[in-house]
Amino acid sequence: MADTMLGLRDINTYYGKAHILHDLSFKVKTGEVVALLGRNGAGKTTTMRTIMQLARPRAGSVQFESQDITRWATHKVAQSGIGYVPEERRIFGDLTVMENLEVGRQPARDGLPVWTVEHLFELFPNLAERRNNRGKQMSGGEQQMLTIARTLMGNPKLLLLDEPSEGIAPVIVEQMAQTLLEIKAKGLTVLLSEQNLHFARIVADRAIIIESGSAVFDSTFEELETNPEIRDQYLSV
Amino acid sequence: MSQSVLSVRNLSKSFGGLKAVSDVSFDLVKGELLAMIGPNGAGKTTCFNMLNGQLKADAGQVMLNGESILGFSPRKVWRKGVGRTFQITATYASMTVRENVQMALISHHRRTWDIWRPASGQHVEEAMDLLALVGMKEQAERAAAILAYGDLKRLELAIALAHAPELLLMDEPTAGMAPKERVRLMQLTADIVAERNISVLFTEHDMDVVFAHAHRIMVLNRGELIASGSVDEVRNDARVQEVYLGGGTLFEGQAHG
Amino acid sequence: MSFYFAQFLTGLSSASSLFLVACGLSLIFGVSRVVNFAHGSFYMLGAYVAYSLVQYVPGSILGFWGSVIAAALIVALVGVVVEILILKRIYNAPELYQLVATFGVVLVMQDAILLVFGGEDQFGPRAPGLDGVVRIFGEPIPEYDLLLIALGPIVLCGLWLLLNRTRWGVLVRAATLDREMVASLGVNQSWLFTTVFFLGSFLAGLGGALQVPRVSINLLMDLSIIAEAFVVVVIGGMGSIPGAFIAALLIGELNAFGVLVLPQATIVLAFVVMAVVLILRPYGLLGKPETLAHSAGQVELPIRPASTLAKSVAGLLLVGLVIMPFLAGEFAIVLATDVLIFALFAASLHFIMSNGGMVSFGHAAYFGLGAYGAAFVIKYAGGSMEIALLAAPLMAAAGALVFGWFCVRLSGVYMAMLTLAAAQIVWSTAFQWQDLTGGDDGLLGIWPSEWAKSKTAYYYLALVLCGGSILAMRRIIFSPFGYTLRGGRDNPNRTESIGINLRQHQWAGFVMAGMFAGIAGGVYVFSKGSIFPDEAAIPRSVDALVMVLLGGVQTLSGPVVGAGVFRLLEDEISRLDYWRAILGVIIISIVVIAPEGIAGFIRKIAMKAGFEHGEEASS
Repeated sequence: MADTMLGLRDINTYYGKAHILHDLSFKVKTGEVVALLGRNGAGKTTTMRTIMQLARPRAGSVQFESQDITRWATHKVAQSGIGYVPEERRIFGDLTVMENLEVGRQPARDGLPVWTVEHLFELFPNLAERRNNRGKQMSGGEQQMLTIARTLMGNPKLLLLDEPSEGIAPVIVEQMAQTLLEIKAKGLTVLLSEQNLHFARIVADRAIIIESGSAVFDSTFEELETNPEIRDQYLSV
Repeated sequence: MSQSVLSVRNLSKSFGGLKAVSDVSFDLVKGELLAMIGPNGAGKTTCFNMLNGQLKADAGQVMLNGESILGFSPRKVWRKGVGRTFQITATYASMTVRENVQMALISHHRRTWDIWRPASGQHVEEAMDLLALVGMKEQAERAAAILAYGDLKRLELAIALAHAPELLLMDEPTAGMAPKERVRLMQLTADIVAERNISVLFTEHDMDVVFAHAHRIMVLNRGELIASGSVDEVRNDARVQEVYLGGGTLFEGQAHG
Repeated sequence: MSFYFAQFLTGLSSASSLFLVACGLSLIFGVSRVVNFAHGSFYMLGAYVAYSLVQYVPGSILGFWGSVIAAALIVALVGVVVEILILKRIYNAPELYQLVATFGVVLVMQDAILLVFGGEDQFGPRAPGLDGVVRIFGEPIPEYDLLLIALGPIVLCGLWLLLNRTRWGVLVRAATLDREMVASLGVNQSWLFTTVFFLGSFLAGLGGALQVPRVSINLLMDLSIIAEAFVVVVIGGMGSIPGAFIAALLIGELNAFGVLVLPQATIVLAFVVMAVVLILRPYGLLGKPETLAHSAGQVELPIRPASTLAKSVAGLLLVGLVIMPFLAGEFAIVLATDVLIFALFAASLHFIMSNGGMVSFGHAAYFGLGAYGAAFVIKYAGGSMEIALLAAPLMAAAGALVFGWFCVRLSGVYMAMLTLAAAQIVWSTAFQWQDLTGGDDGLLGIWPSEWAKSKTAYYYLALVLCGGSILAMRRIIFSPFGYTLRGGRDNPNRTESIGINLRQHQWAGFVMAGMFAGIAGGVYVFSKGSIFPDEAAIPRSVDALVMVLLGGVQTLSGPVVGAGVFRLLEDEISRLDYWRAILGVIIISIVVIAPEGIAGFIRKIAMKAGFEHGEEASS
């Protein structure tokens, strides 16, 4: 058993009065790719934001490696080695591709592959051609690649991907799955949220289903296959 | 078609060289629920915004009951009998549910310049009737700011119905709702539409909703209309499967309801 | 011809001076979205510190240039302290809070500078080595001006390189677009903001220090430069540094040549140019539309007609106001008249700002217009007080009709800046058009009609006019028209999509608010017997904002409570030395500690029931 990289324990997060996450607990082990499944509004994005401390949990703790990062400043969380790719991509539209990458740059970390601009351009050849274009001039798919590349520039140990396949043409989604498999092969630990079960199954080792802010299923995809009730109840396929 | 409520011909729009919508034509007849689907960035929202006057079209024609409404301001489009609901709900957070509907009624009855009589006493019955129609009567006195998402969507529907529109434009009516709620909202919409003989054009991501409720479907991709027809025709269209519904292994689950 | 060329060079040198101040302001706004009123104070501080270093440092170890740089650095550190102590706490507050808080800093700085450097005008030494003149086409041009002319483009290039060619610059530009994302990528954006504030304040201090050899250094430098710098920043496009440069050139040359053509109207001219630019390009020459990154703030509750309890309290208050003259002395009656006037003034601002969502930073314009309107009737038309009190709201409404037409075309900070500019037009007209307004000497001897001469009679007149106006506004707030304005504030898209011409309603609302402020101004002028341009100046506008804030922005009774407290407070502390600093500290404290104001605070306690607000989902 590999050791735990990320652990959420009894997390409760609110937006104003709305109680979004209810006693959410789960773990991600080093080297693992875990898919957070669940439909719109189940709390996947809030989970990601809570890990980044962009949403402050009112109760519970987030453990990263050996540290309790609850209530840390967001930039400290990022500096400790968690890379976050938000749902809406959030490219810096007025900055060029190169500049977007520069914002994400952080020093290399021990025992991890070091991402350079060159590596990233190998991984995302489209970006290389557009290196001097501004973010807002790029298509949705290119922006999605840029936002992942930008986060990889921080040499994260753990990558959080919020709905990477959303709103992207299927052809690009297939490319994206390929890319994620390459990233996984480099030894990165990944937590991704998805609504697309089929995409998730290709890239992830394990599935956690969130419903109304709590984890209702945490096991392998094979297990999920044999459990159609769970699938039908919690995933809007 | 003589009875078409909305008739769109060769509608086009580009943004800085990028063709967001090109040469889209379709008709919408009375009492019809027409779904517009397609991947993100296909031009659905652009199309919508041109129809309701928020965006100026580069070329084309939009006729409402035989009268051209292209180039009208959103206000004027609304006055012509076109209602709309928003993808991200747009209600008045600092007003009660009833007051939200009253505002639409006040505008419909052209009373917004009244500076004396209290607004909360205006068109109360009409507002309550509309709220009853969408099942929100019990919540009439609550602040819109604290409504659950599904209720906000229903409130939006009541607001959109306030001026007795002939045509309703609904942008992602069920986005962000739980599956069961989606079905309920769309059933409600379908019932009201049938009862009042309103035509509806809606965009939607959830194929369950589309397949269950749309009378007809149009598929946009990269700004072009690539298919349109009955649910079954569109579902089995090879091109549609390729660009949207998916034919490969990746998306096989998406299409079966 | 050579004369015009010399004039052109003069314009260039003042453009450079202006640019140094404006670019820092624009930089700070671009990144932090804070409209920093205190920027002018930093400029003034730079001048005082540089002057003192040159004059009093023994043996002048630093020399002139060393002193200039040292002064700029000292100012930069002061700026950092202000940023850390105050602004960091209110970055997410609505722009109104930030502006008022930074105005609090202005007040504190004024008194601090008075305390440390004294109130005398100072004249600095010439810059060594650049104290002569050069003859260009036969015209004498100060060498120092040539240095300034060169400095503008140098600073522009320097900033451009810094922002485009360094990692710091890339981070700053990224933070301008999306702060949260920058933090998520591991950048300490809080620290980044502090560095931006350091640089911006440094430039303000440098701008001030470089003025030492050119102009007299006095305690009025802050507000006069900030008004001009605002104009430059708004014309150039808020947040755009090249835009600020172009705008500074425009204004510098306009002043240089305008003074030849229209010497009486130079200040007005700049604001007129600003208004024209904003019609053609609503976001300035090189600016971009405001992004919606700013969160809308807390969600407001529906307004309800007054409860029985609230009605009884209001009734008691009214009874108290009616019998007050029988119980209190003349001094209290005069003070109470003042409170009534300012309650109406504040309520009229609250009417458009809180209910209509149109933030006006220049509401004093309509107060001043009302006051002058009334005064003109007495002075030039030989009319009576009764007619004058009718003229006051008409004059103010006419002004609001004109300015409002421009203002409702914009929203948010841009609208606020335009209202400020409008008020500066009114103020500078009153200041410069001596034949009509008496300029700085004001118009005197404007007294009430015989029947209203006694303090008590006038108090009752004020009670009827101001009280009646406030009640009328309250009535309007609850009417369909008032609801339409509030709907426009809550959700402009929704309002347009139910067929309402929002801009027209906003315009009408703006005019109404101006009219009510005009009534306040009219009543004011007869209570004082005189009128001065100050009544339309920035501090008066800020007074109104502070009163609304003090009472609580989201509370209908707020402006009345706020005006009462503010006036009584001001009356108490204005007898003290350094009352400005005390007022400034109070203002800052309110914004930082109790942003919901007094009435809001009471209401919150009254309905403790729940409605806790945490972070709102902001995407």
